[in-house]
Amino acid sequence: MNKQKLFVSPWFSCVILLLAVAFVAFGIYRGEMAVVVQKAINICLECIGIG
Amino acid sequence: MDKFRHFIQAAWAIVSNSFIAGWQSGSIYRGELKSVCLPGLNCYSCPGAWGSCPIGALQAVAGSGAYQMSFYVVGILSVFGITLGRFICGFLCPFGFIQDMLHKIPFVKKINSFRGDRQLRWLKYIILLVFVLILPMFAVDIIGEGAPAFCKYICPAGTLEAGVPLVLMNELLAAAAGWLYRWKLFLLIAIVLLSVIIYRPFCKYLCPLGAIYGLFNPVSFYRFRVNEKCVSCSLCTKACKMGIEPYKTPNHRECIRCGDCLKACPHGAICKGFEKK
Repeated sequence: MNKQKLFVSPWFSCVILLLAVAFVAFGIYRGEMAVVVQKAINICLECIGIG
Repeated sequence: MDKFRHFIQAAWAIVSNSFIAGWQSGSIYRGELKSVCLPGLNCYSCPGAWGSCPIGALQAVAGSGAYQMSFYVVGILSVFGITLGRFICGFLCPFGFIQDMLHKIPFVKKINSFRGDRQLRWLKYIILLVFVLILPMFAVDIIGEGAPAFCKYICPAGTLEAGVPLVLMNELLAAAAGWLYRWKLFLLIAIVLLSVIIYRPFCKYLCPLGAIYGLFNPVSFYRFRVNEKCVSCSLCTKACKMGIEPYKTPNHRECIRCGDCLKACPHGAICKGFEKK
């Protein structure tokens, strides 16, 4: 049987999760949320194929 | 499993696009919730959308001129990815749900695989790199801002969820629709027609969000496992519409966690759940 032996420690996943949360916090700290919300509250002309 | 999954998909699509005033007036929700990214491909210009599309948000920050790399959006995508992987594609993506429904339409011959299918799967990674990251970052205008190239030239979800309803309900937008709108409409129609014949063609070959979540599949907390009851009969492979071999690679990057393999296995050899040890 040719099963893929892929062992990934849950600790590795936990480290990635922590890193991801740190990324979100840093992004919020440097004001990226404002850019996202500014784009999202106006009709995105590119998205609908006009811009 | 299929009915349960489709119920979750429908419920999530309705809940995340239930801003009624937008549907009534041909406008969009403009509140603070828009700063939060939804897990699936859900255009933020959809009249009913409460949240943001993560791929749109990634391009918005990359092309803003102020920042090139978005820690905020990459972080949110990583939280979703490491927790659920491509379970999101299978259960929480409105455009995936639409493709699932389209594939249920009877057709003389459904195509499961074809020559070049494997190679074509890499196209979504190229789209992620070129249209979502590189072009918005580096193809900038005179004030240093880049356009969201994926949304502008490719995204059929944006055309379906935002382009078509807004152009139908808004005379000004209808008057402004030109060649780009027609190109995106052509792409949407092509994907709709292909979805009847091929299972989820957009997810398999074009979706940059699926490409990102796919990278998390082998390490996400939610995953599949093959236990010692497996006799390698390949029934799971025959049942898999994404064209993978679940008994060999249960956490393959193409697996959308639909659960067809679990249902097909006569020995109960494939288990699902969150990793505990």
